[in-house]
Amino acid sequence: MDLSFIIMQFLSGLTTATLLFLVASGLTLIFGVGNVFNFAHGSFYMIGAYLAFQAVSAWHTNFWAAIVVAALGAGILGMLAEALFLRRIYGRAEEGGFQILLTYSFILVIDDLVKLVWGTEYKSLQRPPGFSGSIEIAGLTIPSYNVAIIVIGLIVVVLAWLILTRTRSGRIARAAALDREMLSSMGVNVPLTMTLVFGIATAMGGFAGVLAAPLRSVTPGAGTEMIIDSLIVVVIGGMGNFWGAWLGALILGEVNAFGVAAAPEWACLFNYLVMVLTLVFKPEGLFAPRRVRKV
Amino acid sequence: MEIMKSYSAAAFWVLFFVIFAVVPLVKTSDYQLMLASHILIWGMFAVAFNMLFGLTGMLSFGQGLYYGLGAYSVGMMVRYLGEGWFVPGIVVGLLASIVLSVLIGLLIIRVSGVFFTVLTLAFGMLVWQIVFNCYQLTGGDDGIQGLIPPGILSNRVVYYYFALILVLISIWLLRRIVDSPTGLLLRCIRQNPERVRFLGARVKRNQLRIYMISSFFAALAGSLIAGVDNSIHPDMLYWTTSGEVILMAVLGGIGRFFGPFIGAGVILVIGEWVGAKTEYWSLIIGVVMIVMVLLLPRGLAGGFQLLKARLTSAPVESRG
Repeated sequence: MDLSFIIMQFLSGLTTATLLFLVASGLTLIFGVGNVFNFAHGSFYMIGAYLAFQAVSAWHTNFWAAIVVAALGAGILGMLAEALFLRRIYGRAEEGGFQILLTYSFILVIDDLVKLVWGTEYKSLQRPPGFSGSIEIAGLTIPSYNVAIIVIGLIVVVLAWLILTRTRSGRIARAAALDREMLSSMGVNVPLTMTLVFGIATAMGGFAGVLAAPLRSVTPGAGTEMIIDSLIVVVIGGMGNFWGAWLGALILGEVNAFGVAAAPEWACLFNYLVMVLTLVFKPEGLFAPRRVRKV
Repeated sequence: MEIMKSYSAAAFWVLFFVIFAVVPLVKTSDYQLMLASHILIWGMFAVAFNMLFGLTGMLSFGQGLYYGLGAYSVGMMVRYLGEGWFVPGIVVGLLASIVLSVLIGLLIIRVSGVFFTVLTLAFGMLVWQIVFNCYQLTGGDDGIQGLIPPGILSNRVVYYYFALILVLISIWLLRRIVDSPTGLLLRCIRQNPERVRFLGARVKRNQLRIYMISSFFAALAGSLIAGVDNSIHPDMLYWTTSGEVILMAVLGGIGRFFGPFIGAGVILVIGEWVGAKTEYWSLIIGVVMIVMVLLLPRGLAGGFQLLKARLTSAPVESRG
């Protein structure tokens, strides 16, 4: 194993980590702010990929317009899911269990609707023009699209963090995590806030789906794979914690990249191994959610 | 009143036994016998699952793990040691479920609520991935075919009665657990774990205990199914299996002991009716589940009870 190989694997892991983070941070945002555990989050990732495919292949838009279509589509669907279904069970006894059942049903329904509309065969999406080649940095040949994903991911992380900590909307979201009743009595429309948070999170999922589509093929099973990995990320990082999701995604992405290099057949087991190890030593995750700062 | 109650309970058990016992005599095809076996075994699985969710309030999304464990221990024993090892395979599966549920249980009962659910799911997927990957050992995606029970058990009717007796004993044992002091304690844990701790009872130990019990009977269900279907496959460990048993319990009613059994029956009959496992089976399941969660969270049994209460203006008894 020479240095350039290690760097290449590291970058490949970083790409995976970025995509994972985009999904897992949405999951953790919904949980942190709305106290909803959205099992169907991976399905919005998948819907994003399919919408982008639809936009490019049927409506002949370019890649960047397809990203907008996909993120908007996934976001609107997410808001509908929250406003029409999830909202009805808030505050019910054993809400957590019923939330999981409801969002699990979403997975079943969305997966099958996707099969109905687009069929079961693999779809593929071309890399955007200008990003099909690779660039050379210090003698290393790196696919430029991977670099683009990493950069975009970094921008989203920083933007999301700034919005959460520096703007009024971010403050409202963090306040909703702590005390909805108080927030409501301060004149904030809490149900609307919940719906919007849901929309933003699912839009991020759909966005990740489009970014991932040129690297992986688009299949009806993509959502399931993604949600399992994202669940592991939040278990490792600590549920409801922004930086926890980031660290968890980074660990998982790198473990994956180097695992594939070391033992290709068993790479997918390493994810679980990391999870079990985390559980043994820190059952609440590396960044255990604290009462005071949830997001 | 007490005597009336025990009479009606006894009558219920006799009726339950008689209905399932006469199936082989009145059946018109082997197919009906198979459906009856499925209802019995899945019904027991669903009742055992509900010991966690309905009784104790712990939603496990990983009971498919133990169901598959039971099936695979029978399958592997038969595959590597020969036909005669079918019944020992069941015993090995049950022992393995105890060991594994203690190991996993100790790790995951440390957290509660949705965290618990996520961890059960993750461990279930971990074992699924292992079985799926070890193609040489487990047959991977192909599963294991041709699992014929040995001796007189190879007769379908004999095997049906074998399963019926085991299921009846299991359900009776589970009922005893629900009515025992442990069952009462578990209901208390569901309502207020903190108060239970203040009263001096051990919350975690009892949660672990019921997790083991539920997993034990899930493994039994899996090994019994192996003899009915004569084949096993890794999907038995996949999270959709866990999802299906949850749906059965929710559909039937998680608040009643027999609710999940009824749910299993309804799902399996509907499944056969719409041409089971059609391409869009999970779409149907998903829609049914959404409707149940939103409109009838107490399930069919709960809804029926509510209706009865409204008609007779008797107070609703909530149990389990």
